[in-house]
Amino acid sequence: MMMTRLAGFKMAAICCCFLALAACSKKNQPDLDAGLNGQGNGGVDVGSQAPGSKGDFDKNVGDRVFFLNDQTSLTPEAADTLTKQADWLKQYSGVSVQVEGHADERGTREYNISLSARRATTVRGFLISHGVPGNRISSIAYGKERPVALCDAEQCWSQNRRAVTVITGGAK
Amino acid sequence: MELKMRTLVFAILMLIGFAAPSAYAVNGTVSGGQIDPLPIAIAPFISGDGAGDTAATIAGVIANDLAHSGYFKPLPPESFIEQIGSFDAAPQFASWKQVQAKDLVIGQVSMAGGKMSVAFKLFDVNTGQLVAGTSFTATPKVARRIAHKIADLIYKSITGYPGYFDTRVVFVDESGPKDKRIKRLGIMDQDGFGAHTLTKGDEILMTPRFSPNSQEITYAAIGTEASRVYLFNIDTGQKEIVGDFPNMSFAPRFSPDGQKVLMSLQSDDGRNANIFEMDLRSKQMRQVTNVDAINTAPSYSPDGSQITFESDRGGTQQIYVMGADGSNQNRISFGKGRYSTPVWSPDGKWIAFTKQGDSKFAIGVMNPDGSGERILTEGFHNEGPTWSPNSRVVMFFRETPGEKGGPQLYSVDISGYNEQEVPTPEFSSDPAWSPLLN
Repeated sequence: MMMTRLAGFKMAAICCCFLALAACSKKNQPDLDAGLNGQGNGGVDVGSQAPGSKGDFDKNVGDRVFFLNDQTSLTPEAADTLTKQADWLKQYSGVSVQVEGHADERGTREYNISLSARRATTVRGFLISHGVPGNRISSIAYGKERPVALCDAEQCWSQNRRAVTVITGGAK
Repeated sequence: MELKMRTLVFAILMLIGFAAPSAYAVNGTVSGGQIDPLPIAIAPFISGDGAGDTAATIAGVIANDLAHSGYFKPLPPESFIEQIGSFDAAPQFASWKQVQAKDLVIGQVSMAGGKMSVAFKLFDVNTGQLVAGTSFTATPKVARRIAHKIADLIYKSITGYPGYFDTRVVFVDESGPKDKRIKRLGIMDQDGFGAHTLTKGDEILMTPRFSPNSQEITYAAIGTEASRVYLFNIDTGQKEIVGDFPNMSFAPRFSPDGQKVLMSLQSDDGRNANIFEMDLRSKQMRQVTNVDAINTAPSYSPDGSQITFESDRGGTQQIYVMGADGSNQNRISFGKGRYSTPVWSPDGKWIAFTKQGDSKFAIGVMNPDGSGERILTEGFHNEGPTWSPNSRVVMFFRETPGEKGGPQLYSVDISGYNEQEVPTPEFSSDPAWSPLLN
């Protein structure tokens, strides 16, 4: 009985190790890839959304918001998502994030850098105004350099006009 | 590089009495019939011992340059009647008239003591007069550059415009899938020869621009924290950051004297970008614009007195011109659509730009006062013009649509004709043309 329990504990410990390794290797990826891997699960096992984890944030809160063409103001849907992000970030006060601003590819390169910086700034400003300390939120602008949807139609461009809140540290 | 040029002294040139064996290929086609290209015969260059391949290369590069300009039609060597066997004897002009040549180029190449000597003469076939002639002595490694210089002299003698063939192009070499593009700094000769990359691809590299001496590049790159502006030395491969600013810096371009770099800096609140200039020696920063908008893509007039840039201060991207001190910021683009990426031509007469409207991206030119707008090419996505040093040709990049699509380099004559793809090994964007090399 005792042995079984110990073995079970050991198993759990090994699992934890694997999870820790996975989290670790994830963190070691270049930031260029962070938050760019599709709609929310960020490569983390969707079955294991421990509260306070990156998976929890990406899946249950939503890591990204979208913008209208050449716009930097928040849609009602975006404000709703960001309100949830702010609540989550206030609950898990050890988590730090980087907001990535992006533009679609139907613009010129220099302008899109600045446009996407405005988007990242708008999101960061919203989170701060909803109670998340600014020193936990950095931002970066990628312009049109990192699209996630690759077709040449509005359905893809609308997914590329985005700001993604990427957890950079402190998640469980 | 040692490169000596002197006026042709006929008396001291050694004559070697056999013609270069191989005919060269004339690559590329000229589209758009509005320029009537001049039929020109480039006779196979006479070559001395061990100089046959070099002679063929040089004649081929000259023909290729002239053909690509759109102003010349090099005639096929197999149609020639006379074989030029002597550099000094007068050609039989009647036979060159018979093959429809208006001008004739003859040349000879010899090797001695590890040095290459190249001489050429350009004749008007109708009058039989010598139009131009020069000789060069240099290391054989620069054979293609000598050929470009000869092509420049021929082009200038006949068109009256300065040449542009002895130049290089920097660009962004793009590889990998569209959502994870690897971007490296690329460089090549103007004709696409010798393309290679200079950086490893560990940063998202954008908008490389030549310094006036062609030895340094300034570019912007996105790292893990922000976009930064760098100086990159082509010869040493070393890069240094141009000011470690807390916010993003991007869209750099040298001043005409090479002592300063214009760039955009994002504001502290992240909402706006304004144009600043850094003095590379003193590291002092000077703010040029101060308007709550995206002010970017600055480009000096060649005399350094004015700057053109784009700004969305009026609601959409439009082109403005101001004094170099930021005075008199006046909008000059008033057509339908959005205007961006203005670049002043080296002769000061034009501003090239990208124009967006009706789901198309066009490349055009206008006078610096905004008059005389002309679209050179338009389509799904054209962007980022750069000028040949003689202000006659505009290079830009064109994106093809779709998941597998990507950017490629094109050039077009300022008349809008003679559009041609500039071959590169991979996808390529953000070209910048060097000044004429020394």
